[in-house]
Amino acid sequence: MFSISDETIRVDELREQVMNPGSGGVCVFEGWVRNENEGRTVQRLEYEVYAPLAIKEGEIVIAQAKERFPFLAASCVHRSGLLEIGDCAVWVGVSAPHRDEAFKACRYIIDEIKVRLPIWKKEHYVDGDSGWVNCERCANV
Amino acid sequence: MKTITVKYFAMFREHAGLSEETLELDVATAEDVYKQTQHRHGSNEPTGHCKVAINDTMAEWKSDVNDGDVVLLFPPVAGG
Repeated sequence: MFSISDETIRVDELREQVMNPGSGGVCVFEGWVRNENEGRTVQRLEYEVYAPLAIKEGEIVIAQAKERFPFLAASCVHRSGLLEIGDCAVWVGVSAPHRDEAFKACRYIIDEIKVRLPIWKKEHYVDGDSGWVNCERCANV
Repeated sequence: MKTITVKYFAMFREHAGLSEETLELDVATAEDVYKQTQHRHGSNEPTGHCKVAINDTMAEWKSDVNDGDVVLLFPPVAGG
């Protein structure tokens, strides 16, 4: 299950979603907002998400992960809106009978989500400046 | 000429000063739409770094566009 949330990600509730009697463990990745990027001090982040397509593509990513690394349950939530340092920006949890599938599927899901979903990250810096991540070559044309 | 609704996101939206507009364009592909709206989104970034969707489905830059389509122009994504 993939979803977008404009509210604080509640990790305990998500963990329960992937609990399964047949699972021997869960592999979880939490992406956090950090205070630095490429030498600049970050004050906060803003995520813009085109939800209709992000959800559709996120579900495809999870289905493809399951084809490659059979698991029992997976869930992923990505934040939208304004986030502060330390906030959870993305949560991926995969439970499986054995750890190998759980680790590999979790890694696959977060890697694909970062490059395929229509989600954009704007960093706000302490000096008052701001910028869209990965868009340097689009700027000032 | 085709009637195409173009939607702009993130940096493209900020540069255009609007999130969408409906235009009469002489276009065959999604890439044609990207090039003909450059004055709006402001990018000459090679289209390979950006993404496009047509009618809420991810598409290729060479994909055909038809009269009445909604073309979504995505600058480089940065999830996670």
